[in-house]
Amino acid sequence: MSTFLELDHVTKTFGSQGIFSGGGNVTVAVDDVSLTIDEDEASITTVAGESGSGKTTLSRLLLGSHVPTDGRMLYRGKDFTKLTSRERRNFRREIQPIFQDPFESYNPFYKVDHVLDAPIKNFKLASSKQEKQRMIEDALEMVGLVPEETLGRFPHQLSGGQRQRVMVARALLLKPRVILADEPVSMVDASLRATILDSIRRLNRELGISVIYVTHDLTTAYQISDNIMVMYRGTVVEAGTVDQVIPNPQHPYTKLLIESIPEPDPKNRWGSEPPQQDWDTSDLQIAGCRFADRCPAVMDRCRTTKPAQFLINKHQLTRCFLHEEKGEMTDPDITSTFQTEAETIKAVPVKI
Amino acid sequence: MVQPTNEETRLSTEQAIQTYREGARITDVDALVVENFSVFYETESGTVKACDDVSFTLKQGERFALVGESGSGKTTLAMGLMRLTRPPGHIASGSVTLNGRDITKLSDDDMRMARLSELALVPQGAMNSLNPVMRIERQIIDGILDHLKEDQAKPTKDELHETVRDLLIRVGLRPGVARLFPHELSGGMKQRVAMAIGISLRPRLIIADEPTSALDVVVQRQIMQTLGRLQEGLDASIMLVGHDMGLVAQFADTIGVMYAGKLVEVGPVEEVFSEPKHPYTKLLIGSLPSLREKREFLGIPGLPPQLIYLPKGCAFEDRCPSRFEKCSGSIPEKLNLGGRREVACHLYEGEAQS
Repeated sequence: MSTFLELDHVTKTFGSQGIFSGGGNVTVAVDDVSLTIDEDEASITTVAGESGSGKTTLSRLLLGSHVPTDGRMLYRGKDFTKLTSRERRNFRREIQPIFQDPFESYNPFYKVDHVLDAPIKNFKLASSKQEKQRMIEDALEMVGLVPEETLGRFPHQLSGGQRQRVMVARALLLKPRVILADEPVSMVDASLRATILDSIRRLNRELGISVIYVTHDLTTAYQISDNIMVMYRGTVVEAGTVDQVIPNPQHPYTKLLIESIPEPDPKNRWGSEPPQQDWDTSDLQIAGCRFADRCPAVMDRCRTTKPAQFLINKHQLTRCFLHEEKGEMTDPDITSTFQTEAETIKAVPVKI
Repeated sequence: MVQPTNEETRLSTEQAIQTYREGARITDVDALVVENFSVFYETESGTVKACDDVSFTLKQGERFALVGESGSGKTTLAMGLMRLTRPPGHIASGSVTLNGRDITKLSDDDMRMARLSELALVPQGAMNSLNPVMRIERQIIDGILDHLKEDQAKPTKDELHETVRDLLIRVGLRPGVARLFPHELSGGMKQRVAMAIGISLRPRLIIADEPTSALDVVVQRQIMQTLGRLQEGLDASIMLVGHDMGLVAQFADTIGVMYAGKLVEVGPVEEVFSEPKHPYTKLLIGSLPSLREKREFLGIPGLPPQLIYLPKGCAFEDRCPSRFEKCSGSIPEKLNLGGRREVACHLYEGEAQS
């Protein structure tokens, strides 16, 4: 078992820590997160949370576009800050992002072919025009698009769903180990979401690519992913396999999140209005649990002490004192609760 | 100026028609009657029938949800009802009767006065609809002062202040928000401000165009529940425009499904979800992912037709699993299936009630 990427107690803060601010105005966007992305097993992991939960900061850390303020990030066992430019270039190929907005990722003056040509040129993946063409066509077919109907068109001539699938095909061309999809379907119509998510899932199942699916939509997360981590203001409050976490959420925040999903069933309507959080309190620096203000089960100590990671069972952990009796986790790595090798799909080695 | 709910405007419970939502006060009074309403866009390559011959009725106190994919014409319809269609779009035909008055016939000035005071819009993406250089208080007062009738005395500063305070509390904000600028508010708070402006003149109809599309699930739920509470307090009707079927199931009493500019199905939410009639509605409901069970979830195959090149027959024909010869030949008329259920599909011609 070899590790592709490892976060070791990573914290990322924003804001001035200079002498003038007195270190007072700091936002902790990601707070002490440890996880590993394994190379041999490909799984789909959801990072869930509301805006401001730190899920985007975490994904930028994983993409290498943010450097941890504290803690280490290891790429194939080597400290990320000490990579040679060659290794860094390789890293950039092996982890590929798919962004939220399929409209802004395109230059409207270029045909869609451009986004597919560029990575091949940049990484010198093809030795001839024919090979390039074949690679592009294969990638498009893999995501369920017909090359003849897609190539040679301008972005505005494709639907939002098609545009997003071209983006998936672009990522695919680089034969990545990991695809990081940040809200890939939130701008797309509900009826088209399924096709995009399905093509992402096929990459995982058929090509053995690990997928990190960043979203606030727990319904699609439940449908396509194997594991989930729920973030709240920088902290991973609950993690485990979706089959454990979604039916039996243990952290009060996860419970609130799941209850608030508008279920498409008029016979089962929402209960009473949940309390609003007051963003005025700058509790980003509070000592205890960040959810304490909104938590229906808050205790005195929640405001003063930060809860550790408690292991509910083999496949579920939570950061909440309600589950203290379960015992603190010895291994801080949240991915240790995820599905083990035997349970996930074996990664298929890809030749470059 | 904003008074607590006016008892006189409430209707007795005997007038209430059958409803599924607990606590709903739907009456048998027609609040909005839309008849054969069409909005077309004239382009160089032809006429785009974005909203074509739409008819429906909203009862007072009813929550009506209009759903459809992007490009189905739902926003065009909502904007058309407000008479805010921009050229090259124009209202091609039809009437919109709001509380007994056809607003398509109003002069531009009368229509401007009717907006906000009779029918108000809670816009999509409130982040972009607030003025960034104006304090919240000023933006709320703006509409109130603009809609003063000629014989009405201008409210004093203190009265206005009190009105703003009252409105902010009603939408769930601290009164102190009045002194803030939009950039100091979160997305949910901005949406609440937009609601405060929307209800400032106690409209009879609120049109909410995807009011929560950019918000998180928890905030979305809070906003929708606040909107529902406000609507009930005003005894107003609401038209929710959106594509989130989950939200519709949670919020609405009645649902209207739009496809390619036409209203293809209308009915009580509970009945439409448990027994959809139109094949498009069936696929739409069948394609919803659920938290209850894991299954292959599939989209609807194919793409909606371009509104400029609509087929001779039913616009859904090429994607429809139950199509037959008649579908390509003629556009299905809207059929009344009884009990406020309507569907525009050739499959149900035998069941239609006149």
